[in-house]
Amino acid sequence: MSDTVIKVENLSKRYVIGQQRSKDDGFRHIIEDAVRAPLKWLSSRKKQEREEFWALNDVSFEVKQGEVLGIIGRNGAGKSTLLKILSRITEPTSGRIEIDGRVASLLEVGTGFHPELTGRENIFLNGAILGMSRAEVKRKFDEIVAFSEVEKFLDTPVKRYSSGMYVRLAFSVAAHLEPEILIVDEVLAVGDAQFQKKCIGKMNEISKNEGRTVLFVSHNMGAIANICSSGLLLQHGKRIHNGSVGQTVDAYLSSGTAASGEKRWRNEDCPATSCVRILSVRVIGDGETRSIVSIDRPIHFEVDFETLLEGLSLYVSIHIVHLSGGDVLSTANFPSASLETDAWSTKSFPRGRFRSRCTLPANLLNDGAFLINVAIMRSTRETEIFVREVIQFTAQDTGGMRREYTGHWIGVVRPRLGWKTESFAAA
Amino acid sequence: MSRLIIEQGQIERQYWRDLWRYRELFYLLAWRDLLVRYKQTVVGVAWSLIRPLLTMIILTVVFGTLGKMPSAGVPYPLLVFCGMLPWQFFSNALAESGNSLVANSGLISKVYFPRMVVPASSVITSFVDFLISAVFLVALMIWFRFCPPANIVFLPLFVLLAFAASFGVGLWIAALMVEYRDFRFIVPFIVQFGLYISPVGFLSSVVSDKYRLLYSLNPIVGVIDGFRWCLMGGEHLIYWPGLAVSVVGVIILLATGIVYFRKTERTFADVI
Repeated sequence: MSDTVIKVENLSKRYVIGQQRSKDDGFRHIIEDAVRAPLKWLSSRKKQEREEFWALNDVSFEVKQGEVLGIIGRNGAGKSTLLKILSRITEPTSGRIEIDGRVASLLEVGTGFHPELTGRENIFLNGAILGMSRAEVKRKFDEIVAFSEVEKFLDTPVKRYSSGMYVRLAFSVAAHLEPEILIVDEVLAVGDAQFQKKCIGKMNEISKNEGRTVLFVSHNMGAIANICSSGLLLQHGKRIHNGSVGQTVDAYLSSGTAASGEKRWRNEDCPATSCVRILSVRVIGDGETRSIVSIDRPIHFEVDFETLLEGLSLYVSIHIVHLSGGDVLSTANFPSASLETDAWSTKSFPRGRFRSRCTLPANLLNDGAFLINVAIMRSTRETEIFVREVIQFTAQDTGGMRREYTGHWIGVVRPRLGWKTESFAAA
Repeated sequence: MSRLIIEQGQIERQYWRDLWRYRELFYLLAWRDLLVRYKQTVVGVAWSLIRPLLTMIILTVVFGTLGKMPSAGVPYPLLVFCGMLPWQFFSNALAESGNSLVANSGLISKVYFPRMVVPASSVITSFVDFLISAVFLVALMIWFRFCPPANIVFLPLFVLLAFAASFGVGLWIAALMVEYRDFRFIVPFIVQFGLYISPVGFLSSVVSDKYRLLYSLNPIVGVIDGFRWCLMGGEHLIYWPGLAVSVVGVIILLATGIVYFRKTERTFADVI
């Protein structure tokens, strides 16, 4: 067990949100409230005066020398709190951690950068804040500058930098720390594709070639699958899974189960007309209703509806829209628009309940967040019901197409296509 | 390889070692504050001379010319400036270190380092201003053809006392400010009020002997008296019991400041 470098035992962290107070000490608390406001949203639904919030609850795990641990979970799962405790920014409420080796953490890109100072000055300042000595920064100065690609602007105040330059410089300083254990929080979410690739390369180098231990938090499953050797999945402050990175990513995807992958209306709220109503709509990936689906597996959409009259001819149509705007596609079960003719699309419906299912092939969508609109049509021209933005779902990169290229794939779709290169004689 | 254990209350043990490891951060933060302070100003560093100069003139006019306070044979402006030197150091340090943790909240919630570095580097920043003013005092002495006595060799001791007093109070206020922003309003008040209850514009000997000891509870009284004794000479006899009270007061302030700061420090990131 000598190669265990981080050992976390029964770690818990409690935040107290809001204080018990009497009415007569008002002014002090107006100020206090302003300070505490950021914490309040965590429990905005409950309205008690004093609440406890367990950001981490009895979490245990171990990390071995040279291991790259990906920590994943949804927002509010406790990832950032865990990193804050590991980097000693805040204390645990209970539990114990043993760490062998020097820890450096990068929880935010450009912490301590001062906008008025030049790039050169900020490199020294940021280095010192991250725990590097002046001599160390001096030794690596050229390397840091080269990596950041901002040579020309070294003597310009960083407030005049573009956000890309700012991020590059900040990551470069942090990347040249030489700790035995590196803790990184979601820094790859910034910067352009090329720089992200460079960052991933650098992190790989740190872990694989230099044998350092890395703890990495990201929502980008592609990056996680690519860099990490093992994974830790947190949900509501609890450890849900700890194992190989593949298993953990799968567990994360299925933890989206039923959370919001389904929209089910109550009887009185159903989108309805006098002849038909929609009962529910769901997104299915890997055989389960979920809001996070893998891009490399088929995705199914199901629409449950009820006919209120006899003898209707109805068609179901689905539109996929990208969350950031822009239509992706629309589809309907018209006989000529389907792979195989849907039996009910050529018949008239009796009264009853029906379920239409549409299948999107694997490797069609690019990763990203999408919305679906659902329509039921009376004929090929007449729309009976049209419901916008019924469900939001996330298509998640699982790293299947990332063996070579690690950056962002452009576009809303990312199909695997046929490729062939041949030589031909010059004319 | 060093083993680090994180548990509630455990961070304590590595603290002083870490403080040493982060020693460069002290001066880098101070350097940053100095570098940034006069950016985009027209007059620049001259501000650190203009402010004490104007204060000196006003205090000389109010207490010397209008109030006709005794000056014990020293040019009144010199007397005032001697008192202002430690006072401005103390009040700047107070204002800057008091606000330092809140101003650096981005750092505190994202990076670990011994938090004491932050108020300490603010005191260092104020000390640089103190040195600039000291140069000005030398110029003033040459102007008045005033030769300081041999007592001047003891000046470093009183500078140290001023340092301890500033840091002690700075720690208290910085730590309190994290949770109670009320101190943002209280500090300017202390600074303004303190200028009049401390013997900056007059000699502390104008306070009647009956109340002298009580007056010395203000730790800055001992510091200012000490400065005058070192720079102005023997006629400004030090009131030794008063100095003793001031020294003890400063030590208590510093010790309790460190203890309180250390106690609240662990929750800074959660509260700030």
